[in-house]
Amino acid sequence: MDDKDLEILRILEENSRLTADEIATMTKISLKELENRIHALENARVIRKYTTVINWEKVGNGEVSAIIELKVSPERDFGYDRIAERLSRFNEVKSLRLLTGTYDLQLLVTGKNMQDVSRFVSEHIAPMDRIRETATHIIMKSYKENGNTLFEQQETERLPFSF
Amino acid sequence: MKDPISKRAYVIPPSGIRKFFDLAVTMEGVISLGVGEPDFTTPWKICESSIYSIEQGTTSYTSNKGLHSLREALSRYLLQHYNLRYNCDTEIIITTGVSEALDLSIRAIVDPGDEVLIAQPSYVSYGPCVTLAGGTPVSVECTEADNFKINVERLEQKLTKKTKAVIINYPNNPTGAVLRGKDLEQIADFVIDNDLFLISDEVYAELTYEGQHTAAAIVGNLWERTVTLNGFSKAFAMTGWRIGYLCAPQKICEAALKIHQYTMLCAPVMGQVAALEALRSAEDEKNAMVNEYRLRRNMFVAGLNRIGLQCHVPEGAFYAFPSVKSTGLSDTDFAERLLKEYQVAVVPGSVFGVGGENHLRCAYAVSRKDLSEALSRMGTFISQL
Ligand SMILES: Cc1ncc(COP(=O)(O)O)c(C=O)c1O
Repeated sequence: MDDKDLEILRILEENSRLTADEIATMTKISLKELENRIHALENARVIRKYTTVINWEKVGNGEVSAIIELKVSPERDFGYDRIAERLSRFNEVKSLRLLTGTYDLQLLVTGKNMQDVSRFVSEHIAPMDRIRETATHIIMKSYKENGNTLFEQQETERLPFSF
Repeated sequence: MKDPISKRAYVIPPSGIRKFFDLAVTMEGVISLGVGEPDFTTPWKICESSIYSIEQGTTSYTSNKGLHSLREALSRYLLQHYNLRYNCDTEIIITTGVSEALDLSIRAIVDPGDEVLIAQPSYVSYGPCVTLAGGTPVSVECTEADNFKINVERLEQKLTKKTKAVIINYPNNPTGAVLRGKDLEQIADFVIDNDLFLISDEVYAELTYEGQHTAAAIVGNLWERTVTLNGFSKAFAMTGWRIGYLCAPQKICEAALKIHQYTMLCAPVMGQVAALEALRSAEDEKNAMVNEYRLRRNMFVAGLNRIGLQCHVPEGAFYAFPSVKSTGLSDTDFAERLLKEYQVAVVPGSVFGVGGENHLRCAYAVSRKDLSEALSRMGTFISQL
């Protein structure tokens, strides 16, 4: 991993739809080298996926998300890894992190509606072995996701010419 | 009634080609590459700290020279970034943009009758500011063959007994040219041998894409004859805050300060607080913006050459300066038709003085999406000529 790789990753993270040609021109890395580097990053699973940021609230399908915090008793030899892997296999779990502080694991869960989310938590998460406590926080509104603001910003007036 | 207008106000030219620009304002769907300012908004840290200081009641005048804390931070910043040594108590004045710093330095140095050599193509204010100070602006052409760097032989051709100062601006608006140490050494010899003064507008210093910016005042013995102008507008996307600064040996600084004190009093305190925050904590944001300009530059310049507008690689600032010679159109005709027929606004090079004709200034401080759309419209325009 060198500066060129970092630059490629930053560009792709910003806009994964750019073609290799476009990226090569922008970075002045030759097309061949660029393609090799991207392949290497994909093979090393540094690049996991090319995806899109969608403001689902705007789609208005009523989907609900919640942050769930869990206190978990770690297992001898495995710590939190095995339970975390089990949890992460649920489709409903969109992200999962191990944290310092009062709770151990933090999940982002989405469901079709509020009942869906609470049923998932009470039927699938809470009863799992080693989970000692849960706290569920329903997300009311999202303002920023992964570095992207989701609210409309007022266009500022820009002069068409200035010297 | 007597004519209310002074002779000086008559002789300075109206800015640019007004009618043409007024047209752009009224048109729909225009992509403008005509703007000489960043498209980014000021990093939020900077805005936030200024808002907080207003809430705390920081709303008064500052010392004429500007906030001491800002001058102190600036003095350190200049040393770290450019190896420039200026004493924060006696050699730095915070001004209302580089615009004011430019006016102050010219008025501090130029007497009526003095001639000032101006490397052109150049930013449009230099000539008129010299005229307003009673001096005579003398254009010195920088050519494409020299990569738009100032050429000492041409300076020598324009030298007279009345020559008092030279104004240069690198990285350059509108050409994007930069000067390296060895280029500046030649200028140093010329300035020193002929007992002149140098006004160096370095407002685009941070926007240098290959290597480091070399400040004029660190070269040879130029320091004692140089006024360094710089500001926050371009590097930190802070055009609206109106903060720049003038750095010069004490004697020049004192003269400039007198003028500043009677005409501006001080730069706006909200802007000064913001500028201080910029120096303290916005280095990463600045670097990210500079990097984005670099990517856009590479993309845009490659695109221009692809559609048949020959363009040297601008090493600094955020302007590309392609030639329109191959199209057979003059720069003004090209720009006017491009605007009317394809709704892309660019500035004809001749606006920037000698050496600018047959070129276009295209600012790439515009989103990549708009840059590609502009390129595609320009390509269609050229292919239909
Ligand atoms: C070369 C040059 N100098 C000075 C200025 C004015 O800068 P400021 O906003 O600091 O007054 C500009 C703005 O376009 C410029 O291009």
